[in-house]
Amino acid sequence: MIEVQGLTKRYGSKVAVDDISFSVDEGEIVGFLGPNGAGKSTTMNILTGYLSSDIGTVKIGGFDILDEPDQAKQKIGYLPENPPLYMDMTVREYLDFVYDLKKTKIPRKRHIEEICKTVKITDVYHRLIKNLSKGYKQRVGFAQALIGNPEVLILDEPTVGLDPKQIIDIRNLIKDLGKKHTVILSSHILPEIQAICDRVIIINRGKIVADDTAENLSANISTDHRLMVTVEGPENEVYKTLSTLPGMQQVTTLGNRGSGSFEYSLEAKEGVDVRRELNKRLAARNWPILALKSNELTLEDIFLKLVSLDTDVEKYIKPSESTKKAVAESVLGSQEAEATQEGRDTFWEDRQKAKESDVPDDDEEDMSEDAEDDAAAADAEDGSSDDNTKENGGEQ
Amino acid sequence: MAAVLRREFSSFFKSPIGYVYLAVYFLIAGFYFWMLVASQSPDISLVYSSLFLFSCILVPILTMKLFSDEKKQKTDQLLLTSPVSLSSLVYGKFFATFFVYGIGVSITVLFTLILAAFGEVDWMVMIGNYLGLLLLGAAMIAIGEMISSLTESQIIAVILSLIVTVLLLLLDSVVSMLSIPFLSDIIAAISITQRYNDFVNGILDISNVIFFVSIVVVVNFITVRILEKRRWS
Repeated sequence: MIEVQGLTKRYGSKVAVDDISFSVDEGEIVGFLGPNGAGKSTTMNILTGYLSSDIGTVKIGGFDILDEPDQAKQKIGYLPENPPLYMDMTVREYLDFVYDLKKTKIPRKRHIEEICKTVKITDVYHRLIKNLSKGYKQRVGFAQALIGNPEVLILDEPTVGLDPKQIIDIRNLIKDLGKKHTVILSSHILPEIQAICDRVIIINRGKIVADDTAENLSANISTDHRLMVTVEGPENEVYKTLSTLPGMQQVTTLGNRGSGSFEYSLEAKEGVDVRRELNKRLAARNWPILALKSNELTLEDIFLKLVSLDTDVEKYIKPSESTKKAVAESVLGSQEAEATQEGRDTFWEDRQKAKESDVPDDDEEDMSEDAEDDAAAADAEDGSSDDNTKENGGEQ
Repeated sequence: MAAVLRREFSSFFKSPIGYVYLAVYFLIAGFYFWMLVASQSPDISLVYSSLFLFSCILVPILTMKLFSDEKKQKTDQLLLTSPVSLSSLVYGKFFATFFVYGIGVSITVLFTLILAAFGEVDWMVMIGNYLGLLLLGAAMIAIGEMISSLTESQIIAVILSLIVTVLLLLLDSVVSMLSIPFLSDIIAAISITQRYNDFVNGILDISNVIFFVSIVVVVNFITVRILEKRRWS
């Protein structure tokens, strides 16, 4: 439905979008994630034809946005970061205007009524947009994007300024729309992306750093083997017991949690699961465990890891096929990247090795080794996700 | 184009701009008509020749917000991402402004009717003058619209438009000062005042009509290019 090839956009000497390529299939909901200034809005503006890219092509439903703009734009509903509202119009006048502007063929009255019902602005239908609250303005903007029933919806931070209930409404709405439409949305709010999107594209400094499902991203990022445990019992003795667990690397007391209980942070060796032994020993001394949780990475942690590091992020994630392809394409050019999957894999390994030898810093060396170990472990087990689920079950 | 035209036209009357413009225009036109009646002259051309200057000065008030405000309010994102060509955007806004201008100018028709009630009126002179004033306004609107597309600020747009207008009006005095015949010929050829005076004097020269229409077409074309260029920068 949407095909983006080698998009590059410069503002003066600053590269806002740097050689971005991806494609979105029909009925997919894709989330754009990235810190401020990463190039999300610029990308979206290029997709909708508001800006033009310096290099690269955008095709919407087979129509090039530059060569056949009218056909391509007809297929897009766009909600920019600031909803493009005319403050001096009423909601009714505004939606009528957008209806005419988009040359919509669907019967006017019913179509607009339906949209108002879906985004819940029927009660402000006759009011001036100027006097509406931010949440209502946002929803009028949303309504505008829906007019004409476009096949593709491009939403730049659609839930900004809404109250929690409205956010849930809008999320459900987007999910519903995703059944019939292709949706691209951007957001800072990670749970939102996790809740709505089939696929996440993380952008940083104008480049795609990850392109995968949210689950894969969480599963593949290198995790530490840390547990947080709250135990009721004398601090020193509990500490000793914990330290002597087989495979334990480090135990830290985090503090008193009231009524004679203390919280500890445990760091086990790679691949060792200490939870069963932990439970047995503490039970033997009659010290009840009040809380036990693992420090598994959420999408939020992954995101922070990906965007806060200046070094290459690729080594923190086990790359999926699409990421590999995207990176291979950006480096080798599309021709060679078209080559076989093995080709991409070899390329990827070479690249990783080259990177490791480049890194002089010890800490980073360690991290990359960890990442490799992880990747290797995941490869060996092949069905590592099964194991993950078992572990999760065990925790709860 | 019709959608843009309708919205733009109605937006003039959702803010005070449309009303203030028309009130001032009617006031000035009314004043000159009163002068005419007081001097007991039946020659309506005198009103038209006085309105020339004020039309030029008042038009920037109408055109200042056309594109600058869209950019500032970010509503241009809606216009530029909808399946509407840039030229229909530009012409939609152009005609919306032109209609408001036309309402102002049409007060002179009323004056002619009043004169006709009390004596003989040369209708052809009146029609020629009316046409001349409309064409002049169209050219000034196109220029103001172009300047509005250059900036985000209405204030800058209105000041720039006024400067351009004044420069255009001063062209004739420049001609009289210049001693280089070649240069003064060129400037005389693009002088708006000269062309307009032909209308006032009752000469309906087709080349004058084409002159004003081609200003509109060329300047609107430049506006389209400016908008197109903005997309690339």
